[in-house]
Amino acid sequence: MNSDGRLITRGLTKVYSGSGSRRAIDQITMDMPTHGILAFIGRNGAGKTTLVRILATQLEPTSGSATIDGLDVMLDARELRKRIAIVPQEARTVAWMSPKQTVLSYLMWRGFDYSEAKEMAVEALARVGIDQYRDKLNRTLSGGTKRKVLVATVLASEADIVFLDEPTTGLDPISRRDLWNYLSNLGRERFTILTTHYLEEAEQLADRISILDRGRLVGTGTLEELRSLVKYRYSIRLQQETQLLVTANGELAKARDGSVQLLTTEDEAFRLSKDLFEKGYRFSISPVTLDDIFFHLANREDEPQP
Amino acid sequence: MMVQVKRTLNQIIAGILVNSIYEMKNYPIVLINTVLSPLSFLILIVFVSRGSLLGDAIVGGFIMSMFSNGIALQGDLSHLKNDFKLQEMVVSSPASAGAYVTGMAISELIYSSPALAVLVALAILYLHGTLIQGLLFCGVLATMFLTSIALGFTLATMSSDIVQSFAFSRLISTLFSTLPPVYYPITLIPHPFQYLAYLSPTTYAAQIAQNALGYLPISAHTAALDWAVLLSVTMVLFLIAVKKARWREA
Repeated sequence: MNSDGRLITRGLTKVYSGSGSRRAIDQITMDMPTHGILAFIGRNGAGKTTLVRILATQLEPTSGSATIDGLDVMLDARELRKRIAIVPQEARTVAWMSPKQTVLSYLMWRGFDYSEAKEMAVEALARVGIDQYRDKLNRTLSGGTKRKVLVATVLASEADIVFLDEPTTGLDPISRRDLWNYLSNLGRERFTILTTHYLEEAEQLADRISILDRGRLVGTGTLEELRSLVKYRYSIRLQQETQLLVTANGELAKARDGSVQLLTTEDEAFRLSKDLFEKGYRFSISPVTLDDIFFHLANREDEPQP
Repeated sequence: MMVQVKRTLNQIIAGILVNSIYEMKNYPIVLINTVLSPLSFLILIVFVSRGSLLGDAIVGGFIMSMFSNGIALQGDLSHLKNDFKLQEMVVSSPASAGAYVTGMAISELIYSSPALAVLVALAILYLHGTLIQGLLFCGVLATMFLTSIALGFTLATMSSDIVQSFAFSRLISTLFSTLPPVYYPITLIPHPFQYLAYLSPTTYAAQIAQNALGYLPISAHTAALDWAVLLSVTMVLFLIAVKKARWREA
Protein backbone atom coordinates (compact mmCIF):
# COMPACT_ATOMS: atom_id res chain seq x y z
CA MET A 1 0.00 0.00 0.00
CA ASN A 2 3.07 2.26 0.28
CA SER A 3 3.29 5.10 -2.25
CA ASP A 4 6.49 5.25 -4.20
CA GLY A 5 6.52 9.00 -4.84
CA ARG A 6 7.85 12.00 -2.96
CA LEU A 7 6.64 14.60 -0.54
CA ILE A 8 8.04 17.85 -1.86
CA THR A 9 7.63 21.32 -0.38
CA ARG A 10 9.16 24.48 -1.80
CA GLY A 11 9.36 27.62 0.32
CA LEU A 12 6.17 26.73 2.16
CA THR A 13 5.20 29.69 4.35
CA LYS A 14 2.16 30.50 6.46
CA VAL A 15 1.39 33.84 8.07
CA TYR A 16 -1.91 33.85 9.96
CA SER A 17 -3.97 36.97 9.44
CA GLY A 18 -4.02 39.05 12.60
CA SER A 19 -0.69 37.66 13.83
CA GLY A 20 1.33 40.57 12.45
CA SER A 21 4.32 39.34 10.53
CA ARG A 22 4.85 36.22 12.64
CA ARG A 23 5.36 33.24 10.39
CA ALA A 24 3.85 30.02 11.71
CA ILE A 25 6.02 28.20 9.18
CA ASP A 26 8.73 29.90 7.21
CA GLN A 27 10.22 28.79 3.89
CA ILE A 28 9.90 25.06 4.52
CA THR A 29 11.64 23.17 1.73
CA MET A 30 11.96 19.40 1.84
CA ASP A 31 11.97 16.36 -0.40
CA MET A 32 11.09 13.02 1.20
CA PRO A 33 10.07 9.58 -0.04
CA THR A 34 6.42 8.84 0.72
CA HIS A 35 6.77 5.60 2.62
CA GLY A 36 7.36 4.62 6.22
CA ILE A 37 6.92 7.07 9.07
CA LEU A 38 7.94 10.71 8.84
CA ALA A 39 7.95 12.55 12.17
CA PHE A 40 7.81 16.31 12.58
CA ILE A 41 9.29 17.21 15.94
CA GLY A 42 9.50 20.54 17.69
CA ARG A 43 8.33 22.47 20.70
CA ASN A 44 4.82 23.84 21.07
CA GLY A 45 4.38 26.59 18.49
CA ALA A 46 7.19 25.29 16.28
CA GLY A 47 4.80 25.02 13.31
CA LYS A 48 4.20 21.25 13.24
CA THR A 49 0.41 21.43 13.20
CA THR A 50 0.36 24.25 10.66
CA LEU A 51 2.57 22.22 8.33
CA VAL A 52 0.44 19.09 8.75
CA ARG A 53 -2.79 21.05 8.19
CA ILE A 54 -1.45 22.49 4.95
CA LEU A 55 -0.30 19.06 3.72
CA ALA A 56 -3.67 17.56 4.72
CA THR A 57 -5.45 20.18 2.53
CA GLN A 58 -7.10 21.91 5.51
CA LEU A 59 -5.21 25.17 5.42
CA GLU A 60 -4.03 27.44 2.63
CA PRO A 61 -0.35 28.36 2.68
CA THR A 62 0.52 32.05 2.33
CA SER A 63 3.20 31.20 -0.22
CA GLY A 64 5.18 28.27 -1.53
CA SER A 65 4.02 24.91 -2.78
CA ALA A 66 3.63 21.33 -1.62
CA THR A 67 3.01 18.12 -3.53
CA ILE A 68 2.50 14.58 -2.34
CA ASP A 69 3.10 11.92 -4.97
CA GLY A 70 2.83 14.64 -7.59
CA LEU A 71 -0.53 15.92 -6.30
CA ASP A 72 -0.51 19.60 -5.40
CA VAL A 73 -2.17 20.26 -2.02
CA MET A 74 -3.93 23.32 -3.46
CA LEU A 75 -4.61 22.40 -7.07
CA ASP A 76 -5.27 18.66 -6.71
CA ALA A 77 -6.94 18.68 -3.29
CA ARG A 78 -9.93 16.68 -4.52
CA GLU A 79 -7.74 13.82 -5.76
CA LEU A 80 -5.44 14.01 -2.76
CA ARG A 81 -8.33 13.82 -0.30
CA LYS A 82 -9.22 10.38 -1.65
CA ARG A 83 -5.81 9.19 -0.49
CA ILE A 84 -5.38 10.93 2.86
CA ALA A 85 -6.82 10.57 6.34
CA ILE A 86 -6.06 12.55 9.48
CA VAL A 87 -6.42 12.40 13.22
CA PRO A 88 -6.08 16.09 14.13
CA GLN A 89 -4.40 17.47 17.21
CA GLU A 90 -6.82 17.44 20.18
CA ALA A 91 -9.34 15.34 18.23
CA ARG A 92 -11.83 13.68 20.55
CA THR A 93 -14.25 10.84 20.08
CA VAL A 94 -17.87 12.03 19.98
CA ALA A 95 -19.27 11.29 23.45
CA TRP A 96 -22.69 9.99 22.37
CA MET A 97 -21.34 7.41 19.93
CA SER A 98 -19.71 4.01 20.35
CA PRO A 99 -16.32 3.13 18.81
CA LYS A 100 -18.09 1.11 16.10
CA GLN A 101 -20.41 4.01 15.26
CA THR A 102 -17.42 6.39 15.23
CA VAL A 103 -15.43 4.36 12.71
CA LEU A 104 -18.49 3.39 10.67
CA SER A 105 -19.71 6.97 10.22
CA TYR A 106 -16.21 8.16 9.28
CA LEU A 107 -16.02 5.47 6.60
CA MET A 108 -19.43 6.53 5.27
CA TRP A 109 -18.07 10.08 4.99
CA ARG A 110 -15.38 8.52 2.83
CA GLY A 111 -18.16 7.14 0.64
CA PHE A 112 -18.51 3.53 1.82
CA ASP A 113 -21.91 1.83 2.12
CA TYR A 114 -23.32 1.22 5.60
CA SER A 115 -22.88 -2.58 5.56
CA GLU A 116 -19.38 -2.37 4.08
CA ALA A 117 -18.38 0.31 6.58
CA LYS A 118 -19.74 -1.74 9.47
CA GLU A 119 -17.59 -4.74 8.58
CA MET A 120 -14.50 -2.58 8.08
CA ALA A 121 -15.11 -0.83 11.41
CA VAL A 122 -15.35 -4.08 13.36
CA GLU A 123 -12.16 -5.35 11.72
CA ALA A 124 -10.21 -2.13 12.42
CA LEU A 125 -11.29 -2.04 16.07
CA ALA A 126 -10.14 -5.64 16.45
CA ARG A 127 -6.79 -4.72 14.89
CA VAL A 128 -6.13 -2.07 17.52
CA GLY A 129 -7.22 -4.50 20.23
CA ILE A 130 -10.41 -2.80 21.43
CA ASP A 131 -12.97 -5.13 19.92
CA GLN A 132 -14.51 -5.76 23.34
CA TYR A 133 -15.40 -2.05 23.71
CA ARG A 134 -16.89 -1.56 20.25
CA ASP A 135 -20.48 -1.09 21.44
CA LYS A 136 -19.74 0.90 24.63
CA LEU A 137 -20.25 4.65 24.61
CA ASN A 138 -17.06 6.59 23.89
CA ARG A 139 -17.53 8.69 27.02
CA THR A 140 -17.10 5.58 29.19
CA LEU A 141 -13.72 4.64 27.67
CA SER A 142 -10.24 5.44 29.01
CA GLY A 143 -8.09 8.10 27.33
CA GLY A 144 -5.86 5.46 25.71
CA THR A 145 -8.82 3.51 24.32
CA LYS A 146 -10.41 6.69 22.94
CA ARG A 147 -7.16 7.46 21.14
CA LYS A 148 -7.13 3.93 19.70
CA VAL A 149 -10.66 4.53 18.38
CA LEU A 150 -9.36 7.54 16.47
CA VAL A 151 -6.39 5.57 15.14
CA ALA A 152 -8.86 2.84 14.10
CA THR A 153 -10.79 5.37 11.97
CA VAL A 154 -7.77 6.05 9.76
CA LEU A 155 -6.66 2.43 9.91
CA ALA A 156 -10.07 1.30 8.66
CA SER A 157 -9.99 3.73 5.76
CA GLU A 158 -8.55 3.09 2.32
CA ALA A 159 -6.23 6.11 2.69
CA ASP A 160 -2.59 5.33 1.95
CA ILE A 161 -1.32 8.61 3.41
CA VAL A 162 -2.09 9.11 7.08
CA PHE A 163 -1.54 12.19 9.25
CA LEU A 164 -1.45 11.83 13.04
CA ASP A 165 -1.05 15.13 14.85
CA GLU A 166 0.38 14.44 18.32
CA PRO A 167 -1.37 11.07 18.62
CA THR A 168 0.05 10.24 22.04
CA THR A 169 -0.01 13.61 23.79
CA GLY A 170 -1.63 13.37 27.20
CA LEU A 171 -1.44 9.60 27.41
CA ASP A 172 0.27 7.84 30.28
CA PRO A 173 3.62 6.16 29.42
CA ILE A 174 2.10 2.66 29.26
CA SER A 175 -0.76 3.68 26.95
CA ARG A 176 1.70 5.62 24.82
CA ARG A 177 3.98 2.63 24.32
CA ASP A 178 0.97 0.44 23.66
CA LEU A 179 -0.14 2.83 20.91
CA TRP A 180 3.37 2.84 19.43
CA ASN A 181 2.92 -0.80 18.36
CA TYR A 182 -0.12 0.10 16.26
CA LEU A 183 1.53 3.21 14.84
CA SER A 184 4.60 1.20 13.93
CA ASN A 185 2.42 -1.31 12.04
CA LEU A 186 0.56 1.54 10.37
CA GLY A 187 3.86 2.95 9.14
CA ARG A 188 4.73 -0.38 7.53
CA GLU A 189 1.49 -0.32 5.53
CA ARG A 190 1.08 3.36 4.67
CA PHE A 191 2.99 6.61 4.50
CA THR A 192 2.43 8.01 7.98
CA ILE A 193 3.22 11.58 8.95
CA LEU A 194 3.14 12.15 12.67
CA THR A 195 3.94 15.13 14.82
CA THR A 196 5.23 14.80 18.32
CA HIS A 197 7.17 16.65 20.93
CA TYR A 198 8.30 13.37 22.47
CA LEU A 199 11.74 12.87 20.97
CA GLU A 200 11.80 9.32 22.21
CA GLU A 201 8.67 8.65 20.18
CA ALA A 202 10.21 9.95 16.98
CA GLU A 203 13.40 8.01 17.68
CA GLN A 204 11.44 4.78 18.21
CA LEU A 205 8.93 5.08 15.40
CA ALA A 206 10.15 7.31 12.61
CA ASP A 207 12.08 6.33 9.53
CA ARG A 208 12.75 10.00 8.84
CA ILE A 209 12.60 13.00 11.12
CA SER A 210 12.18 16.70 10.42
CA ILE A 211 13.02 19.14 13.19
CA LEU A 212 11.05 22.37 13.29
CA ASP A 213 11.94 25.36 15.41
CA ARG A 214 10.06 28.67 15.39
CA GLY A 215 8.52 27.83 12.04
CA ARG A 216 11.74 26.86 10.32
CA LEU A 217 13.05 23.49 9.30
CA VAL A 218 16.37 23.15 11.11
CA GLY A 219 17.18 19.55 10.25
CA THR A 220 15.74 16.66 8.33
CA GLY A 221 16.67 13.08 7.45
CA THR A 222 17.05 9.67 9.01
CA LEU A 223 18.32 9.50 12.58
CA GLU A 224 21.77 8.64 11.24
CA GLU A 225 21.67 11.58 8.82
CA LEU A 226 20.64 13.89 11.64
CA ARG A 227 23.46 12.54 13.79
CA SER A 228 25.86 13.43 11.02
CA LEU A 229 24.66 17.05 11.23
CA VAL A 230 26.50 17.22 14.52
CA LYS A 231 30.07 16.12 14.09
CA TYR A 232 30.57 15.12 17.70
CA ARG A 233 29.32 11.91 19.29
CA TYR A 234 29.09 12.88 22.98
CA SER A 235 26.90 15.34 24.81
CA ILE A 236 27.37 17.09 28.13
CA ARG A 237 24.57 19.12 29.65
CA LEU A 238 24.56 21.58 32.52
CA GLN A 239 21.91 23.79 34.03
CA GLN A 240 24.13 26.87 33.70
CA GLU A 241 27.09 27.99 31.62
CA THR A 242 30.61 27.49 32.96
CA GLN A 243 34.04 28.55 31.72
CA LEU A 244 35.06 24.90 31.57
CA LEU A 245 32.63 24.29 28.70
CA VAL A 246 33.29 27.59 26.94
CA THR A 247 36.97 26.78 26.57
CA ALA A 248 36.45 23.09 25.69
CA ASN A 249 36.68 21.57 22.22
CA GLY A 250 33.28 21.08 20.65
CA GLU A 251 30.05 22.89 19.83
CA LEU A 252 28.31 24.77 22.59
CA ALA A 253 24.60 25.55 22.49
CA LYS A 254 22.61 27.56 25.00
CA ALA A 255 18.88 27.14 25.52
CA ARG A 256 16.42 29.93 26.29
CA ASP A 257 16.11 28.60 29.86
CA GLY A 258 19.84 29.15 30.41
CA SER A 259 20.90 25.52 30.29
CA VAL A 260 23.86 24.64 28.08
CA GLN A 261 24.94 21.67 26.01
CA LEU A 262 28.36 20.82 24.66
CA LEU A 263 28.69 18.31 21.86
CA THR A 264 32.19 16.98 21.86
CA THR A 265 34.53 14.04 21.27
CA GLU A 266 34.57 11.01 23.53
CA ASP A 267 38.01 11.87 24.98
CA GLU A 268 37.10 15.50 25.61
CA ALA A 269 33.76 14.45 27.16
CA PHE A 270 35.49 12.21 29.69
CA ARG A 271 38.15 14.79 30.47
CA LEU A 272 35.50 17.45 31.07
CA SER A 273 33.26 15.21 33.10
CA LYS A 274 36.17 14.53 35.45
CA ASP A 275 36.80 18.29 35.84
CA LEU A 276 33.13 19.09 36.30
CA PHE A 277 32.76 16.35 38.88
CA GLU A 278 35.75 17.60 40.84
CA LYS A 279 34.35 21.15 40.83
CA GLY A 280 30.99 19.91 42.09
CA TYR A 281 28.85 20.73 39.02
CA ARG A 282 25.69 18.75 38.37
CA PHE A 283 25.74 17.57 34.78
CA SER A 284 24.76 14.70 32.48
CA ILE A 285 26.91 12.96 29.90
CA SER A 286 25.72 10.58 27.19
CA PRO A 287 26.22 9.53 23.59
CA VAL A 288 24.38 11.85 21.17
CA THR A 289 20.65 11.07 20.99
CA LEU A 290 17.84 12.65 19.01
CA ASP A 291 17.17 14.69 22.11
CA ASP A 292 20.68 16.18 21.86
CA ILE A 293 20.43 16.76 18.14
CA PHE A 294 17.13 18.55 18.66
CA PHE A 295 18.52 20.60 21.53
CA HIS A 296 21.54 21.52 19.49
CA LEU A 297 19.78 22.37 16.22
CA ALA A 298 16.90 24.19 17.86
CA ASN A 299 19.17 26.29 20.06
CA ARG A 300 22.01 27.23 17.76
CA GLU A 301 23.00 30.73 18.71
CA ASP A 302 23.61 31.65 15.07
CA GLU A 303 20.01 30.73 14.19
CA PRO A 304 18.36 33.79 12.64
CA GLN A 305 15.42 35.00 14.72
CA PRO A 306 12.09 35.34 12.92
CA MET B 1 -21.99 9.00 -12.23
CA MET B 2 -24.17 6.55 -10.26
CA VAL B 3 -21.20 5.59 -8.10
CA GLN B 4 -20.60 9.25 -7.25
CA VAL B 5 -24.29 9.77 -6.40
CA LYS B 6 -24.18 6.74 -4.13
CA ARG B 7 -21.02 7.96 -2.42
CA THR B 8 -22.54 11.40 -1.87
CA LEU B 9 -25.66 9.79 -0.44
CA ASN B 10 -23.50 7.76 1.97
CA GLN B 11 -21.73 10.98 3.03
CA ILE B 12 -25.08 12.64 3.72
CA ILE B 13 -26.26 9.61 5.71
CA ALA B 14 -23.05 9.75 7.79
CA GLY B 15 -24.00 13.26 8.94
CA ILE B 16 -27.52 12.14 9.77
CA LEU B 17 -26.25 9.16 11.76
CA VAL B 18 -23.73 11.18 13.79
CA ASN B 19 -25.84 14.23 14.48
CA SER B 20 -29.27 12.73 15.08
CA ILE B 21 -29.82 8.96 14.89
CA TYR B 22 -26.94 7.92 17.17
CA GLU B 23 -27.57 10.74 19.61
CA MET B 24 -31.29 9.97 19.83
CA LYS B 25 -30.58 6.24 20.12
CA ASN B 26 -27.81 6.47 22.70
CA TYR B 27 -29.18 9.45 24.68
CA PRO B 28 -33.02 9.05 24.61
CA ILE B 29 -33.34 11.91 27.12
CA VAL B 30 -32.70 14.39 24.29
CA LEU B 31 -36.03 13.38 22.75
CA ILE B 32 -37.92 14.98 25.65
CA ASN B 33 -36.17 18.28 25.04
CA THR B 34 -36.87 18.24 21.30
CA VAL B 35 -40.57 17.67 22.00
CA LEU B 36 -40.88 20.18 24.82
CA SER B 37 -39.14 23.16 23.18
CA PRO B 38 -41.70 24.04 20.49
CA LEU B 39 -44.67 22.75 22.51
CA SER B 40 -44.03 24.75 25.68
CA PHE B 41 -44.97 28.07 24.08
CA LEU B 42 -47.92 26.45 22.33
CA ILE B 43 -49.32 25.23 25.65
CA LEU B 44 -48.72 28.61 27.31
CA ILE B 45 -50.47 30.57 24.55
CA VAL B 46 -53.43 28.17 24.50
CA PHE B 47 -53.88 28.47 28.28
CA VAL B 48 -53.55 32.26 28.35
CA SER B 49 -55.96 32.72 25.44
CA ARG B 50 -58.36 30.13 26.92
CA GLY B 51 -58.06 28.12 23.72
CA SER B 52 -58.98 30.90 21.31
CA LEU B 53 -55.46 30.99 19.82
CA LEU B 54 -55.05 27.23 19.49
CA GLY B 55 -54.80 27.38 15.68
CA ASP B 56 -52.26 30.23 15.72
CA ALA B 57 -50.27 28.42 18.39
CA ILE B 58 -50.08 25.18 16.37
CA VAL B 59 -48.95 27.18 13.32
CA GLY B 60 -46.38 28.92 15.57
CA GLY B 61 -45.20 25.55 16.89
CA PHE B 62 -44.41 24.41 13.34
CA ILE B 63 -42.59 27.65 12.49
CA MET B 64 -40.64 27.59 15.75
CA SER B 65 -39.75 23.94 15.09
CA MET B 66 -38.43 24.76 11.62
CA PHE B 67 -36.54 27.80 12.81
CA SER B 68 -35.00 25.86 15.70
CA ASN B 69 -33.28 23.61 13.17
CA GLY B 70 -30.98 26.44 12.14
CA ILE B 71 -30.22 27.37 15.74
CA ALA B 72 -29.41 23.75 16.49
CA LEU B 73 -27.33 23.44 13.31
CA GLN B 74 -25.08 26.33 14.26
CA GLY B 75 -24.50 24.83 17.71
CA ASP B 76 -23.88 21.33 16.38
CA LEU B 77 -21.56 22.37 13.54
CA SER B 78 -19.58 24.51 15.93
CA HIS B 79 -19.47 21.77 18.59
CA LEU B 80 -18.33 19.06 16.17
CA LYS B 81 -15.76 21.35 14.60
CA ASN B 82 -14.23 23.03 17.64
CA ASP B 83 -14.60 20.43 20.39
CA PHE B 84 -14.24 17.12 18.55
CA LYS B 85 -12.25 18.28 15.47
CA LEU B 86 -14.60 16.07 13.47
CA GLN B 87 -14.91 18.58 10.66
CA GLU B 88 -11.13 18.55 10.17
CA MET B 89 -11.26 14.77 9.76
CA VAL B 90 -14.03 15.12 7.18
CA VAL B 91 -12.26 17.95 5.28
CA SER B 92 -9.26 15.65 4.75
CA SER B 93 -11.46 12.98 3.20
CA PRO B 94 -13.33 12.59 -0.09
CA ALA B 95 -16.49 14.14 1.45
CA SER B 96 -17.58 17.48 0.01
CA ALA B 97 -18.67 20.52 2.02
CA GLY B 98 -22.11 20.28 0.41
CA ALA B 99 -22.64 16.66 1.45
CA TYR B 100 -21.43 17.42 4.99
CA VAL B 101 -23.75 20.39 5.51
CA THR B 102 -26.71 18.70 3.80
CA GLY B 103 -26.36 15.68 6.08
CA MET B 104 -26.13 17.92 9.13
CA ALA B 105 -29.14 19.99 8.06
CA ILE B 106 -31.31 16.90 7.44
CA SER B 107 -30.17 15.52 10.78
CA GLU B 108 -31.70 18.57 12.47
CA LEU B 109 -35.05 17.80 10.80
CA ILE B 110 -34.85 14.22 12.02
CA TYR B 111 -33.87 15.44 15.46
CA SER B 112 -37.01 17.58 15.60
CA SER B 113 -39.24 14.81 14.20
CA PRO B 114 -40.75 13.85 17.59
CA ALA B 115 -42.02 17.42 18.03
CA LEU B 116 -43.16 17.56 14.41
CA ALA B 117 -45.08 14.30 14.91
CA VAL B 118 -46.97 15.82 17.87
CA LEU B 119 -47.64 19.01 15.88
CA VAL B 120 -48.87 17.03 12.85
CA ALA B 121 -51.26 15.14 15.14
CA LEU B 122 -52.53 18.44 16.59
CA ALA B 123 -52.82 19.92 13.08
CA ILE B 124 -54.91 16.97 11.88
CA LEU B 125 -57.20 17.38 14.90
CA TYR B 126 -57.56 21.15 15.02
CA LEU B 127 -56.47 22.76 11.75
CA HIS B 128 -58.80 22.53 8.81
CA GLY B 129 -57.89 23.77 5.38
CA THR B 130 -57.85 22.96 1.69
CA LEU B 131 -55.03 21.22 -0.16
CA ILE B 132 -53.86 24.57 -1.55
CA GLN B 133 -53.75 26.05 1.96
CA GLY B 134 -51.81 23.00 3.14
CA LEU B 135 -49.29 23.31 0.31
CA LEU B 136 -48.88 27.02 0.98
CA PHE B 137 -48.26 26.25 4.65
CA CYS B 138 -45.68 23.59 3.73
CA GLY B 139 -44.01 26.15 1.41
CA VAL B 140 -43.69 28.60 4.30
CA LEU B 141 -42.21 25.88 6.53
CA ALA B 142 -39.71 24.81 3.84
CA THR B 143 -38.63 28.45 3.35
CA MET B 144 -38.31 28.89 7.12
CA PHE B 145 -36.15 25.77 7.28
CA LEU B 146 -33.84 27.05 4.54
CA THR B 147 -33.63 30.51 6.15
CA SER B 148 -32.68 29.08 9.52
CA ILE B 149 -30.17 26.62 8.03
CA ALA B 150 -28.43 29.42 6.10
CA LEU B 151 -28.36 31.61 9.22
CA GLY B 152 -27.14 28.74 11.40
CA PHE B 153 -24.39 27.80 8.96
CA THR B 154 -23.18 31.40 8.66
CA LEU B 155 -23.02 31.82 12.43
CA ALA B 156 -21.25 28.46 12.82
CA THR B 157 -18.42 29.75 10.63
CA MET B 158 -18.04 32.70 13.02
CA SER B 159 -18.05 30.89 16.36
CA SER B 160 -14.74 29.51 17.52
CA ASP B 161 -15.81 27.86 20.76
CA ILE B 162 -18.80 26.43 22.55
CA VAL B 163 -19.40 29.49 24.78
CA GLN B 164 -19.66 31.76 21.75
CA SER B 165 -21.85 29.22 20.02
CA PHE B 166 -24.29 29.01 22.95
CA ALA B 167 -24.41 32.81 23.09
CA PHE B 168 -25.38 32.90 19.39
CA SER B 169 -28.05 30.21 19.95
CA ARG B 170 -29.68 32.06 22.83
CA LEU B 171 -29.55 35.38 21.00
CA ILE B 172 -31.12 34.08 17.78
CA SER B 173 -33.68 32.08 19.68
CA THR B 174 -34.81 35.16 21.65
CA LEU B 175 -34.71 37.59 18.74
CA PHE B 176 -36.33 35.42 16.09
CA SER B 177 -38.61 32.97 17.83
CA THR B 178 -39.46 34.11 21.37
CA LEU B 179 -40.05 37.85 20.85
CA PRO B 180 -41.74 37.96 17.40
CA PRO B 181 -45.47 37.12 17.04
CA VAL B 182 -44.99 33.53 15.93
CA TYR B 183 -47.54 31.82 18.21
CA TYR B 184 -50.18 34.58 18.02
CA PRO B 185 -51.30 37.19 15.47
CA ILE B 186 -49.24 40.34 15.08
CA THR B 187 -52.39 42.38 15.69
CA LEU B 188 -52.10 41.55 19.41
CA ILE B 189 -48.87 43.55 19.62
CA PRO B 190 -49.19 47.30 20.35
CA HIS B 191 -48.75 49.24 17.13
CA PRO B 192 -45.28 50.81 17.57
CA PHE B 193 -43.80 47.41 18.43
CA GLN B 194 -45.21 45.83 15.28
CA TYR B 195 -42.49 47.62 13.30
CA LEU B 196 -39.85 45.94 15.45
CA ALA B 197 -41.51 42.56 14.95
CA TYR B 198 -41.11 42.99 11.20
CA LEU B 199 -37.33 42.90 11.65
CA SER B 200 -37.60 39.14 12.14
CA PRO B 201 -38.17 36.77 9.18
CA THR B 202 -40.27 34.55 11.44
CA THR B 203 -42.89 37.32 11.64
CA TYR B 204 -43.40 37.20 7.86
CA ALA B 205 -43.53 33.38 7.89
CA ALA B 206 -46.10 33.35 10.71
CA GLN B 207 -48.18 36.05 9.02
CA ILE B 208 -48.30 34.12 5.71
CA ALA B 209 -49.08 30.82 7.48
CA GLN B 210 -51.75 32.33 9.75
CA ASN B 211 -53.33 34.00 6.71
CA ALA B 212 -53.17 30.83 4.61
CA LEU B 213 -55.03 28.89 7.28
CA GLY B 214 -57.58 31.64 7.87
CA TYR B 215 -56.42 32.94 11.27
CA LEU B 216 -55.21 36.37 10.14
CA PRO B 217 -56.91 38.36 7.39
CA ILE B 218 -54.37 40.28 5.29
CA SER B 219 -54.61 41.68 1.79
CA ALA B 220 -53.17 39.81 -1.20
CA HIS B 221 -50.73 42.70 -1.58
CA THR B 222 -49.47 42.26 1.99
CA ALA B 223 -49.21 38.48 1.53
CA ALA B 224 -47.18 38.98 -1.67
CA LEU B 225 -44.95 41.48 0.12
CA ASP B 226 -44.46 39.02 3.01
CA TRP B 227 -43.38 36.32 0.54
CA ALA B 228 -41.04 38.74 -1.22
CA VAL B 229 -39.36 39.71 2.05
CA LEU B 230 -39.12 36.13 3.28
CA LEU B 231 -37.62 34.82 0.04
CA SER B 232 -35.23 37.79 -0.21
CA VAL B 233 -34.00 37.23 3.35
CA THR B 234 -33.51 33.51 2.60
CA MET B 235 -31.57 34.28 -0.58
CA VAL B 236 -29.38 36.89 1.10
CA LEU B 237 -28.62 34.54 4.00
CA PHE B 238 -27.74 31.76 1.55
CA LEU B 239 -25.43 34.06 -0.39
CA ILE B 240 -23.71 35.08 2.84
CA ALA B 241 -23.45 31.42 3.90
CA VAL B 242 -21.89 30.42 0.57
CA LYS B 243 -19.50 33.38 0.71
CA LYS B 244 -18.53 32.71 4.33
CA ALA B 245 -18.19 28.96 3.92
CA ARG B 246 -14.59 27.84 3.73
CA TRP B 247 -14.00 24.11 3.61
CA ARG B 248 -10.29 24.87 3.68
CA GLU B 249 -9.20 27.63 6.05
CA ALA B 250 -7.39 30.66 4.65
